[in-house]
Amino acid sequence: MRVLAIILAGGQGTRLGVITNNLAKPAVPFGGKYRMIDFTLSNCVNSNINTVGVVTQYMPHRLVEHLGIGKPWDLDIKGGGLHILPPYLSRSGTSWYQGTADAVYQNIEFIERYKPDFVLLLSGDHVYKMDYNDIIDYHIEKDADGTIACMEVPVSEAHRFGIMVTDPFNRIIEFQEKPKEPRGTLASLGIYVFKWNFLKDALIRDAQDNTSEHDFGKNIIPKALNENSQLYAFNFEGYWRDVGTIESYLDCNLEIISPLPPLDLHDENWKIYTQSEELPPAFIAKGASVVKSFVSEGSEIYGTVENSVIFQGVTVSEGTYVKDSIIMNNVFIGKNSYIEKTIVAENTIIGESVEIGKGKFAESKIDKKIYNSDITVIGFNSKLKNKMTIGKNCVIDNEVDLNDYDVQEINSGEGIIK
Amino acid sequence: MRVVGLILSGSTKDNLDKLTLKRTSTAVPVFGKYRAIDFTLSNMVNSGITNVGVFTQYNPRSLMDHLGSGKEWNLDRKRGGLFILQPFISPQSRKMYYEGTADAIFQNLTFLRRSYEDFVLIGSGDHIYNMDFRPLFKYHVKNGADITLLTKTVEGGINFSQYGQVITDENNRITQIYEKDPQHRSDKIFLGVYFINKAFLMEILYANVPNGKFDLLKDIIIPNLSRMRVFSYDFDGYWKNIKKSVDEYYNTNMDILKEEVRKELFYSPERKIYTKLKDSAPPKINVNAEVSNSFISDGCIINGVVRNSVLSRDVYIGAGSVIEDCIVLQGSYLEEGSVIRKTIIDKNVRIRSGKKLEGIGNEINVIEKGAVL
Repeated sequence: MRVLAIILAGGQGTRLGVITNNLAKPAVPFGGKYRMIDFTLSNCVNSNINTVGVVTQYMPHRLVEHLGIGKPWDLDIKGGGLHILPPYLSRSGTSWYQGTADAVYQNIEFIERYKPDFVLLLSGDHVYKMDYNDIIDYHIEKDADGTIACMEVPVSEAHRFGIMVTDPFNRIIEFQEKPKEPRGTLASLGIYVFKWNFLKDALIRDAQDNTSEHDFGKNIIPKALNENSQLYAFNFEGYWRDVGTIESYLDCNLEIISPLPPLDLHDENWKIYTQSEELPPAFIAKGASVVKSFVSEGSEIYGTVENSVIFQGVTVSEGTYVKDSIIMNNVFIGKNSYIEKTIVAENTIIGESVEIGKGKFAESKIDKKIYNSDITVIGFNSKLKNKMTIGKNCVIDNEVDLNDYDVQEINSGEGIIK
Repeated sequence: MRVVGLILSGSTKDNLDKLTLKRTSTAVPVFGKYRAIDFTLSNMVNSGITNVGVFTQYNPRSLMDHLGSGKEWNLDRKRGGLFILQPFISPQSRKMYYEGTADAIFQNLTFLRRSYEDFVLIGSGDHIYNMDFRPLFKYHVKNGADITLLTKTVEGGINFSQYGQVITDENNRITQIYEKDPQHRSDKIFLGVYFINKAFLMEILYANVPNGKFDLLKDIIIPNLSRMRVFSYDFDGYWKNIKKSVDEYYNTNMDILKEEVRKELFYSPERKIYTKLKDSAPPKINVNAEVSNSFISDGCIINGVVRNSVLSRDVYIGAGSVIEDCIVLQGSYLEEGSVIRKTIIDKNVRIRSGKKLEGIGNEINVIEKGAVL
């Protein structure tokens, strides 16, 4: 039985704001040392699936750099391993991937080379641990054409997902993509197993259909149901998160550091692998206080850190207080600063006596759809000057040197976008 | 400059007590995630050496496990790379082990003969320092030296009788070396690193080893100082030999809590120290924990109090436990409410709930690998 996994990693992740301006969502840092795609990739290799194609499109540079030849996941092997599948040009007039189905369609030749029995279709931006053997075994047991992993969600959340209605034998009889009036609470997790012959046929027919948006949720699945194909729902009962918004990104990070985490990164039996930096262990100084936090390698903590995720190579200077925040790689925070409910992206330098996240919530003047919580976001490679105050729900763009701006105070809901 | 590296790794003559019962001194864990040999190996790689032979003979399992194919040091190469040179028997030689440094190299002359490099850098895997060897290479050539020895001028604070004391003339040429002399003769000590022209090294080995002269320094270099051009190159950075004693091992580990030592050893962007990666999650410090002045590696979960300590990977500290002035090695598990002070806890030790352990006076306790207390 041959299984090949395709990871869709071309997504833009617009609702993560400045974090994904220059970064594919699967490459967004997570949990102190990881990037989102590490979860799906590690699940693959831990499930003994060693042929993996990663479909890239949007801002792939950091993602491709992170993946390399797949060494951290032991995917630098002969006869399989990691393949990066970017959009390409050819005589037959291929172009950018038009949708999730088109992305797989354009790589049919790649998949054919491995002659798989089953294709596992995954997403590169979900946080979960799952042994794919379970869903594949279930797929075989049901002799299904396709099997979709799903999870019960609250009715109030159902409109955010693809909702499946099943018969008592778990066969899917109806599929609603992000329904306004959901008829069930069984949500699709974006994890699919298909018989390759079935999928190939469906993709080829979809590609010829000019009215199609070439999307799995919108086109392939509904069409398969119309044609009475055998699609089954597989109930997944573990922890699974689609980290789509700034709020869910912060929440999910902070869930993982809780004393009894729903997803245990310290679990020896299901390790999450990642590209490691060569850094010494973390140093926590005399007089520092660290509580309920992750403090990654290469960090130096002289101040106070509470309920936060500190990534690699971060310095938190004396007298500084960091609370409920995510501080990504190589951020430097000067003395006597105060940071609350803030996401600080990589390589940003925060000066002395800076205050971030104080004050009252105010509606965003930048973009209400993206910035709609009391979380402040500071982009990559920025510089915050001494004694600045920044309120709640603020945003500072990537590569902003605030020394060039004549502002000392940014009120809640405001921000600087280049 | 084309240089081949040789690393001497461990003899039975170390003073590390229980720490080397099951491993050679070069594979002793230091600073949480590293092994002693990482420093010399990384220094060589960072100085442009891509062909390294590591001599092993005493308890090599954990060292071999650590080195693997040399991947972490970019030494899994088609040309050159990492070579493990262990003792062997053959129709020509029925010796079961290396009788000394010179003998070890002599038995593996094929390795040197096959290498295309012109110079040999011989280091020891027990030394902790971060150094760019390239200025030393230049210095060697500029002096037209046969051998250049790495030295350091120390202003006391060490037991000089444990080291080789070096006397030089005004041109830094070495005129006398007092190896492990009880008297204090010179502030300049030899750091166990040799830089030699390859052809010259092979010549002196052929001339001496078959006559029973097995130690490179004592039997070959010291008696012939007047006949060879041996120079000293002074290193003024942080340098420690962890093999000297349990105290030295303990103090070296504790040095990492000093900012200047951390900066020098680890935060040089061109000269990183590489080690075997383990893919543990970042350390988790829970609600009731209290950590101060400590070095914490990946995979640790801390629920108790940790002060002035160095913790290796995957250490678990239960709630209400107190760890003070300790070195805790990989995978050790402290159950709730234990109190440990001034102790080296080796790998995979399990300390039962409520256990109390303190060093007596200045003595440092060592708890053996895998012990359950």
